[in-house]
Amino acid sequence: MRLKRKDILTIEDLARDEIELILSTAQSFKEVSEREIKKVPTLRGRTIINLFYEASTRTRTSFEIAAKRMSADAINISASTSSVVKGETLKDTAKNLEAMNPDCIVLRHPSSGASEILARLVKCSVINAGDGSHEHPSQALLDLLTVRERFEKIEGLKIAIIGDISHSRVARSNIYGFIKLGAEVTVAGPPTMIPSGIEKTGCRVLYKIEDAIKDADVIMMLRIQLERQKAGLFPTVREYSRLFGLDSIKLANAKKDVVILHPGPINRGVEISSDVADGPYSLILGQVKNGVAVRMALFYLLLGGSRE
Amino acid sequence: MNRLLIKGGRVIDPANGVDGIGDVLIEGEKIKEIRIEGQRVKGPKGQRVKDSDTRTLGHSDTGLRTIDASGLLVCPGFIDMHTHLREPGYEYKETIRTGTMAAAAGGFTSIACMANTNPVNDNASVTRYILKKAMEEGAVNVLPIGAISKGLKGETLSEIGELKDSGCVAISDDGRPVANSGLMRLAMEYARQFNLLVISHCEDTGLAGDGVMNEGFVSTKLGLKGIPDAAEDIMVARDIALAELTKGRLHIAHISTKGSVALVRNAKQRGLNITAEVTPHHFTLTDEAVIGYNTNAKMNPPLRTMQDIDAIKRGLKDGTIDAIATDHAPQDSDEKDVEFDKAANGIIGLETALPLCLRLVSDNVLTLSELIAKLSANPAKLFGLNSKGTLKVGADADIAIVDLNKEWIVDAKELKSKSRNTPFDGWKMKGKAVKTIVAGKIVYER
Repeated sequence: MRLKRKDILTIEDLARDEIELILSTAQSFKEVSEREIKKVPTLRGRTIINLFYEASTRTRTSFEIAAKRMSADAINISASTSSVVKGETLKDTAKNLEAMNPDCIVLRHPSSGASEILARLVKCSVINAGDGSHEHPSQALLDLLTVRERFEKIEGLKIAIIGDISHSRVARSNIYGFIKLGAEVTVAGPPTMIPSGIEKTGCRVLYKIEDAIKDADVIMMLRIQLERQKAGLFPTVREYSRLFGLDSIKLANAKKDVVILHPGPINRGVEISSDVADGPYSLILGQVKNGVAVRMALFYLLLGGSRE
Repeated sequence: MNRLLIKGGRVIDPANGVDGIGDVLIEGEKIKEIRIEGQRVKGPKGQRVKDSDTRTLGHSDTGLRTIDASGLLVCPGFIDMHTHLREPGYEYKETIRTGTMAAAAGGFTSIACMANTNPVNDNASVTRYILKKAMEEGAVNVLPIGAISKGLKGETLSEIGELKDSGCVAISDDGRPVANSGLMRLAMEYARQFNLLVISHCEDTGLAGDGVMNEGFVSTKLGLKGIPDAAEDIMVARDIALAELTKGRLHIAHISTKGSVALVRNAKQRGLNITAEVTPHHFTLTDEAVIGYNTNAKMNPPLRTMQDIDAIKRGLKDGTIDAIATDHAPQDSDEKDVEFDKAANGIIGLETALPLCLRLVSDNVLTLSELIAKLSANPAKLFGLNSKGTLKVGADADIAIVDLNKEWIVDAKELKSKSRNTPFDGWKMKGKAVKTIVAGKIVYER
């Protein structure tokens, strides 16, 4: 079974059954990473290009490992060492890469919409690995997988997403993903970081972390980018941390079986305290593990088998 | 002498309350005579010159060229208060030649061009250059707009007196707001002695920040930075206050929000000397046109919401908005074919304006005569052009002949403009200029 689509650009345009297919496929691929020989021949002869215009450890490595475990040839290009520094446009880069006949391009880009633009320009598959403040679908899929593993289902769960919702592609993808699978989503953050009309996605908006986490099953802490302080969106890191940082005191009022997610990289002591990040409620490293499985599933479902 | 008779069309001249089947006779560069079936037509000084009768104009005239306009609309050529011709400096986007050809194809006979060329039109030599090029190569009349401030920097006033004397019809720093209220006050005050219109691009840049589209649910979904409508409203309110203070002539460019429409309406009710224009795209498209990261839906001010469109239409209907202007802003494909946040602002508009405007008539927002007034008589009045925007005897023979029922599909590749940046590519349109006459000469026909 394959996905009947060329690209994975957003969670917004994935149907519920597509999401469920990706999650169950990912679940079955988890076992590959536990083997001594961590490789299946499924995508032998396929070429995957990881084109990264932004710094990334987790996502880029995860896509690369996923490709290699599927026996695809993975090539990594980062903007800082490519012709981008010589002023080449995304369009020209896309056309040149396409001339080398890849099967899939994985794109991380600082501009919202870049992956959609790329997907229109090239015939091969495109996976959005994060575009500006828009979406980061593989992150939401690995979060969904992690939560589903823990609770066995997503329907009916209460999810709290805390932090800078305005600039977060992780938040957007997760709001769509969890709502599509039947969870209730609450977002909370300073009003300067809650984007206009976000409640129209179906989520609830609160401004106090205490209220948001009170009956949550899942707390997802977002990374606060320190340059947002320079833009004046919050006065000081100290104040942000005091109001919206998750520590064991705030967590004491949460449910006893709550789990904590964070897409990483974490700012220890800013949006999350070390004892919480490393504590028993944290599933942060489980997310990373599931990231590889989800990306293997995406490659398989887009590139596996013969082209229809 | 060149004599041209336009016969049997529906002649509409809003400035003189004319609407009927009739003939227009052109002699040389001027309108010689106009006759409407069953109507008495007034001459230049308001006296009754002739009763209509069965005799046709130009009868038994030799050397007369006749245009059969039956089934067509004959009206004053359109006057666009707001275009960017890009010459001098950005000839790869548009030239005075290509821009005026696009204008002619859209039924425009005069177009005002903004000062943000390179060099900026902030001194007489640039104004004279533009007018000379327009004389040599232009298909239609070009009306330069001078810069309010030197280099559009918003620091010191341009030599506004000399700009006016060399042919500028208004002043504007369009593309950039005049951020400093003190300087804007001086501009409005200083321009009074020349009775010049001050055209304001209203935007609070601190509030607009690095926004790239309208702020709202669509920008949130797309992850693009928003520009709230308050960024426009605040500056409109400021400029109204300055107009009240200075008694200057303020014209609000490309109004886009319901808040601004309300502010202008209120100012007019208080008797202030304030006018406003809207672009066809701001009453046709909403911010949803951006979905898919369509850079041809990126402009400043940005496309807003259906509520704003409704308010703009009410403003057009009740006279709050005086004119329709295109904000024709050609951009090269290299500047549009990029990531949305990196793309240049602006769309071309001269060749798509008329059919979009005619939708206002079919939607019962405006009568045909009211629409034509907003495209001709009103802009002429705002610029103080007494012999334009009307078909009165003795006026400049600048005329648009329009087939209101002509259906056509926009093909960006076929447009006369040098640039292709239109969100209306592929749109089905109704209404097309079929002949455009400037100073008695046919400059466009199809």
